[in-house]
Amino acid sequence: MDVGIVSYGAYVPRYRIKPEEIGRIWGVDGKGMGKGLMINQKSVPSPDEDVVTIATEAARNMMARVPEVDPKDIGAIYVGSESHPYAVKPTSTIVAEAIEATPAMTAADMEFACKAGTAGIQACMGLVGSGMVKYGVAIGADTSQGAPGDALEYSASAGGAAYLIGSERIIAKINRTMSFTTDTPDFWRREGQPYPKHGGRFTGEPAYFRHITSAAKMMLEAMGTKPEDYNYAVFHQPNGKFPTRVAAQLGFTPEQIQYGLLTPEIGNTYSGAVPLGLANVLDHAKPGERIFVTSYGSGAGSDAFDITVTDEIANYKRDNAPVLEKILADPIYLDYGVYAKFKGKIIMPE
Amino acid sequence: MAGVAREWREIPGRYNLKGTKCGNCGKIFFPARSFCPVCRRASIGKIEEYDICRTGKVFTFSIVHEAPESNNLQKPYVVAMVQTDDGVMITAQLVDVEFDKVEIGMPVRAVLRKLSMDGESGVIRYGYKFVPNN
Amino acid sequence: MREVAIIGIGMTKFGELWNKSFRALGIEAGMKAIEDANLSGSEIDGVFIGNLSAGRFINQQHIDALVADYSGMATRHIPATRVEAGGASGGVAFRQGVMAVASGMHDVVMVGGAEKMTDLDDASINSVMDSTADSEWEAEMGATFASLHAMIAQRMIYEGTATREEIASVAVNSHYHGAFNPFAQFKKAVPIETVLRSGPVATPLGMFDTAPISDGAASVILCPLEDAKKYTDSYVKVAASTQASDTLALFQRPDITTYGATVAASQRAYDIAGIKASDISVAEVHDVYSVGGIMALQDLGFYKKGEAGKAMLDGQCHFDSGKVAINTSGGLKARGHPIGATGVAQIVEIAHQLRGTADNRQVKDAKYGLAQNVGGTGSAVTINILEAI
Repeated sequence: MDVGIVSYGAYVPRYRIKPEEIGRIWGVDGKGMGKGLMINQKSVPSPDEDVVTIATEAARNMMARVPEVDPKDIGAIYVGSESHPYAVKPTSTIVAEAIEATPAMTAADMEFACKAGTAGIQACMGLVGSGMVKYGVAIGADTSQGAPGDALEYSASAGGAAYLIGSERIIAKINRTMSFTTDTPDFWRREGQPYPKHGGRFTGEPAYFRHITSAAKMMLEAMGTKPEDYNYAVFHQPNGKFPTRVAAQLGFTPEQIQYGLLTPEIGNTYSGAVPLGLANVLDHAKPGERIFVTSYGSGAGSDAFDITVTDEIANYKRDNAPVLEKILADPIYLDYGVYAKFKGKIIMPE
Repeated sequence: MAGVAREWREIPGRYNLKGTKCGNCGKIFFPARSFCPVCRRASIGKIEEYDICRTGKVFTFSIVHEAPESNNLQKPYVVAMVQTDDGVMITAQLVDVEFDKVEIGMPVRAVLRKLSMDGESGVIRYGYKFVPNN
Repeated sequence: MREVAIIGIGMTKFGELWNKSFRALGIEAGMKAIEDANLSGSEIDGVFIGNLSAGRFINQQHIDALVADYSGMATRHIPATRVEAGGASGGVAFRQGVMAVASGMHDVVMVGGAEKMTDLDDASINSVMDSTADSEWEAEMGATFASLHAMIAQRMIYEGTATREEIASVAVNSHYHGAFNPFAQFKKAVPIETVLRSGPVATPLGMFDTAPISDGAASVILCPLEDAKKYTDSYVKVAASTQASDTLALFQRPDITTYGATVAASQRAYDIAGIKASDISVAEVHDVYSVGGIMALQDLGFYKKGEAGKAMLDGQCHFDSGKVAINTSGGLKARGHPIGATGVAQIVEIAHQLRGTADNRQVKDAKYGLAQNVGGTGSAVTINILEAI
């Protein structure tokens, strides 16, 4: 049977901070840092937001667009993140209650650095394709922490997107998914530690670039396609530079990756990055257009997807929930002090 | 530390604005009531589940400066009485809004946000707040 | 049913009384009332105590037993009852005492109200007060007790019922009178600018719109009217004692700028006493937040809606204004607000006024006085009308 995306929803918090403001505190040319990373600003979650609330808002937007879908027909929910509020107690059950999908369903939280969301999509594809569930929900969302003064502080941001995977009334068919996975320690965070660590330049060629290009080439070969066969391409985007470079390496053009590249405007939303990029593409895509997606998660792995937009998208009630252009339209800018307060970096009295 | 059962019991109301409606007189209740205070005995067996509308308008508000500990990172903050589009009044915080833009009559919609936490190791309580709905 | 008289009154100073324990406060007020009534104490056959939350403030439940014990009632196994109704605990305790005597089941009843708040930290004290609103659907949603009253004030200003200055003038009036009351927590008059410029608590209300945290106790002695002369020449009659309930949460009311319970209880009280609102010369109203004073003036029928603020701002509520005098004790704002004690302290003030013992804040020829005591945001209201004999 055909398996694909029945609906999607996105959410990014309203607050922003600019790299020049971060640089100001650490005595660094923040604007220059931003230019180097191709990041103009990043999103900041409000103190009352976390992966649960972001995933819920994205999932509610997703459900609002398919009012004919009964949430009780959702058979699985997977929330992928590296900043779940609890180390033990799943985000996905809270989201499941908040969209009234409980109780006859399965759920679990996923972690695979920045590709936990796409891993969830693959799991849902399996459950739907095998006939085990009617609909599965996969969400990638994060409120990632960048260590103060570290390069990652300029990019680590917050946001998420949710996908309803099914086999009926698909708006975008997932023709194939393939993954390239190895044990590559480029970026990690030990249990209980507040901030991740990374291997510096090791995060580039042996990690991000190797896995994305390998998965992408596997997919192109398996599908017998070339980059020009696709209208859009979405790559994982820890900054604006890496996806631009890997796209060029693979033969994709800047125009193809334009809609799917949100990091310059909202920073790196980690598990939310590719789901959000794909959501922005789907906000603009027309029937028959083809989308090439390759995510990347440190540790390391890449999930590739070959997607074709269907005619059904013409009937899709996208306007029942705000599109990303609207969600991102009216941000509120913070100074570093408020940013530090919001991100819990200030030691508060007991 | 507060027990966990109380908040868990209220999830339908706190997450999804589940209320009730009196099948006898049609009055809508939030929080949910199992007994109509107007019809009283005549409402027994006639109370139905009802989903409160998630959009509404600000009826009155206040900017709270002296705040409980749960709101330490967000004070001052706005609290409001919101009249939903189906005529129900709800009291909740109004967030993601600049203070000089808050006014009686402004349209808002309900979202799920963190209400409080039992310190660094206790449970996190989630519930409804409202954001501007332009 | 017998008519009831108040034959003795007494109270402690109200304030931050670090040296005085809850027991000490209760005993002091009780002893003063017993002395004032010319009793030995052994005449008392029942005790009613208003107390909001000794359980949370001083970790002591079973306040009935504590008061019976330390007031010497327990040695004779006299029944003692503790009553809680939010901020109306004192007023409700008083009404329970009136009913006990009126019914014939008791002949001499001591009513006390007491609260020891300052043994707890500020955050916890506020949490206790927040819990007199709807704990699950108001307090836990971030609506502090102050913000509920602030939302009422915001709506009143929006509807044109009162201006910010008029609301603030309730505190000015309370402080004006507090300066004349040796038992008041704050004995200094303040200009309206002080109120308007005070630090924000929950807009539009500030520090000076807010009653303080206080310790204190007050007590009165009740007996059948026909027996009063046995004990004292200085007594007043309880002309009416009524009580009304309303929804726990403010947002469940049809109109948040009026307390329906005040209207209901006061209309019934005027009926029972056989008088009209205009017959009241002096009233103690519940200004836990200044906006409550404006609401009371309207809900009690002293002023039409929209007129109360003007009168208050204009100084027409002063004890010597010739119009109904409001909060001659200093009200909750200046006299202080040890929560369970307030309702009884209001009775003490009205009794002083009707007996002619109100010193230099005496209202001339006061025949009828009224005390309005409120719990939560108007969820419980007691109205007690006293009559000079």
